[in-house]
Amino acid sequence: MHNNLLLLPIIIPFFTAMVLLFARKNVMYQRTVTMIGLIAAIVSAFYMLNIVYVDGPQTVTFGSWPAPFGITMISDMMSILLVVTTLVLTFFIVWYSFSAIGIEREKFYYYPGIMFILTGINGAFTTGDIFNLFVFFEVFLMSSYLLIVLGGEKQQLQGSIYYLVINIISSALFVITVAFLYSVVGTLSMADIALKVAALEQPAILTVIAVLFLVVFGLKAAIFPLFFWLPKAYKSAPAPILALFGALLTKVGVYAIIRTYTLIFVHDQSFTHEMLMILSILTIIFGCIGALAYFDVTLIIIYNIVIAVGVILFGVSQMNSAGLEGAMYYLVHDMLIKAALFMLGGILIAITGTANLRKMGGLMKRYPLFGWTFLIAAFSLAGIPPLSGFIGKLLIVESGFEANNPWMSIVILLSSLVVLLSVIRIFIYAFWGEEQQTTTSISQATYTQQFTPVLLLVAVTVAYGVGAELVAPYMSAAGEALLNPSIYIDAVMGGE
Amino acid sequence: MEIVMAFVIGFLFMAATYLMLSRSLLRIIIGTGLLSHGAHLLILTMGGLGGEAPPVLADGVEASQFADPLPQALILTAIVISFGVTAFILVLAYRAYQSLETDNTTLMKGSDDDAQ
Repeated sequence: MHNNLLLLPIIIPFFTAMVLLFARKNVMYQRTVTMIGLIAAIVSAFYMLNIVYVDGPQTVTFGSWPAPFGITMISDMMSILLVVTTLVLTFFIVWYSFSAIGIEREKFYYYPGIMFILTGINGAFTTGDIFNLFVFFEVFLMSSYLLIVLGGEKQQLQGSIYYLVINIISSALFVITVAFLYSVVGTLSMADIALKVAALEQPAILTVIAVLFLVVFGLKAAIFPLFFWLPKAYKSAPAPILALFGALLTKVGVYAIIRTYTLIFVHDQSFTHEMLMILSILTIIFGCIGALAYFDVTLIIIYNIVIAVGVILFGVSQMNSAGLEGAMYYLVHDMLIKAALFMLGGILIAITGTANLRKMGGLMKRYPLFGWTFLIAAFSLAGIPPLSGFIGKLLIVESGFEANNPWMSIVILLSSLVVLLSVIRIFIYAFWGEEQQTTTSISQATYTQQFTPVLLLVAVTVAYGVGAELVAPYMSAAGEALLNPSIYIDAVMGGE
Repeated sequence: MEIVMAFVIGFLFMAATYLMLSRSLLRIIIGTGLLSHGAHLLILTMGGLGGEAPPVLADGVEASQFADPLPQALILTAIVISFGVTAFILVLAYRAYQSLETDNTTLMKGSDDDAQ
C-alpha cells in the first residue's frame, strides 16, 4: 500500500506546475501555490524516507506488469535521500527567488519551470528503467532550457544556445548508448540489466557501453574532458536559476554515473573504475586551476562544482563501503552548500553591482552577519570540521587509503586547500579592505528578504554537519545498498 | 538488411558531425536533427529487424517470428522528444538572430570575455 506513495514527490510538483500555468500574471497566486506544492512534496518525501529506512526499498511497477516488463519506479535509500535534499534546497531557492528573480520573470512561467524541473529530477532519481531515465532527463532538460533562456538578455541567449546544443548532442548519445545496451542484453529494466550483465560476465562490448555511459552522464555531470560547457552556459544565468542548476543538474549526472557503475557495470572494475578514478582526479585538478584562475565570483563557485564532482566520483570509483558512504555524505552536502554559495554570491553581486572581485571591498562593516555566514559556508565547502563537508571528505580520503591509492587521496586533501583558498579569496576581497564606491546597492529591505532564506539554508548545512551522528544510519544504509547491488535487484525482481 | 541500415546510420552521423562543426547556427540545428534521426534508426536496428508477425499471441506463430515491439515504443518516444527540442532551438535561434544580428557562432562569442 505505501509503495505507491513513492510517486508523490514526482507527481506533486507536476500537478503544482499544471495548476500554476493558469493565472500566470497573478504573482501572489504563483508564489503561494508554489510554496504549498513544495511543502506538500517535502512532507511526502520525508514520510517516504522513513518508510524506506524502516522497511527497505519500495517499488512500484506500472500497470501491474511483472517486474522486468513493466517500468519500475524504485525508492531505495540513495534515491529518496537525494529527492529529499532536492526538495529542501528548492524550497529555499524559491523563497530566495521572491525577491531576487524579478517580477517580470515571475510572470513568465518561472515557477512552473521550477516545478517541472523538480518533476524531471525526482523522476530521474526514482526510476528503475534506463529508457525512462532518458525520458526524465529530457523532462528536466526541457524545463532547464526554459529557465536558462528566460529573460532573453543578449548574454543569456549565447549561453543558452551553447547549453542547448551540448545537451541535444548528449541526449542523442544517450539514445545511441541505450540502443547498444538493448541489443546486447535485450532488456531495459536496470535490475534486469544487472542480472543479464552478471550472467554474461560483462564481455568487452559491455565495457565499451559502460564507457559510453560515462561519456553521456559525464557530459551532464561535468567530469574532466567534458566540463568545458559548464562555465560558459551557467555564467549568464541569474542567481536563483544558477543556484538551482549548480546544485541539482550536475548532480543528476553524478547520480546516474553512481547508479550504473555500482549496479550494472561492476564486473570489470580494474578497467572501468580505474578509469573513473583517473578521470575524477583530473577533474579535481582542472577544477582547481579554474577556481584559482578567475576574479569573478560566479566563475569561482562554478569551478567549485567541477571539483566537488571529482571528489564524489573518486569515492565511488573506490567501490568500498567508506568510499560509497562518503560519496553519499558528500553528494548531499554539496547539493546544499552549492545552493547556499550561489545564493550568497548572488546577494554579493546584488549589493556591489559587479561580479569582479577587484571592484569589491569592505562589506564587513555594513553587512557583518552576511560576512560571517559566507565564511561559514566557505569553511563548510572546504570541509573544515565540524561542518558538513568534513565527514564525507574524510570517508572518501580514507577509502582511497584503504583501496591502496594513497596518492590520489593526497591530491584530494590538497584540493581542499585550493577550495579553501578560492573561496577565502572571495571573502578577503569582498569583505576586508577599504569600502569601495558601490554603484547599484540594493535596499536594506530587499537585502533582508534575500538573506533570510540563505541564512536558514546555511543553518541547515551546519546542522547536517554537526548532527552527522543522526544522519549516519541513513547514509550507511545508502552506502551498503550501493555496495550490494543484490538489495536493489531483489527489491525490483522479488516484488509482487 | 542490418548492414545496410548500419551504413545509412553511419552516413547520417557523418553528415550530422560535418554540419555541427560549421559556424552557421542553422546548419548546426540541421546537424542535430540528422544526429537524432541517426539515433532513432539505430534503436530500430538494434532491436533486430527480423520478425514479421505482429507481437500478439496467435496460433501457429513461433516466438522467434514476432516483431520486437519495444524498439518501436522507444523510437516513438525519442522522436517526440527530439521534435520538441528541435522546435525550441529553432525559435531560440531565430530570437538570437534578431537580437544579436548574426547567426555565426564565432561572432556571437564576441562580447563573451568582456566581463574579465
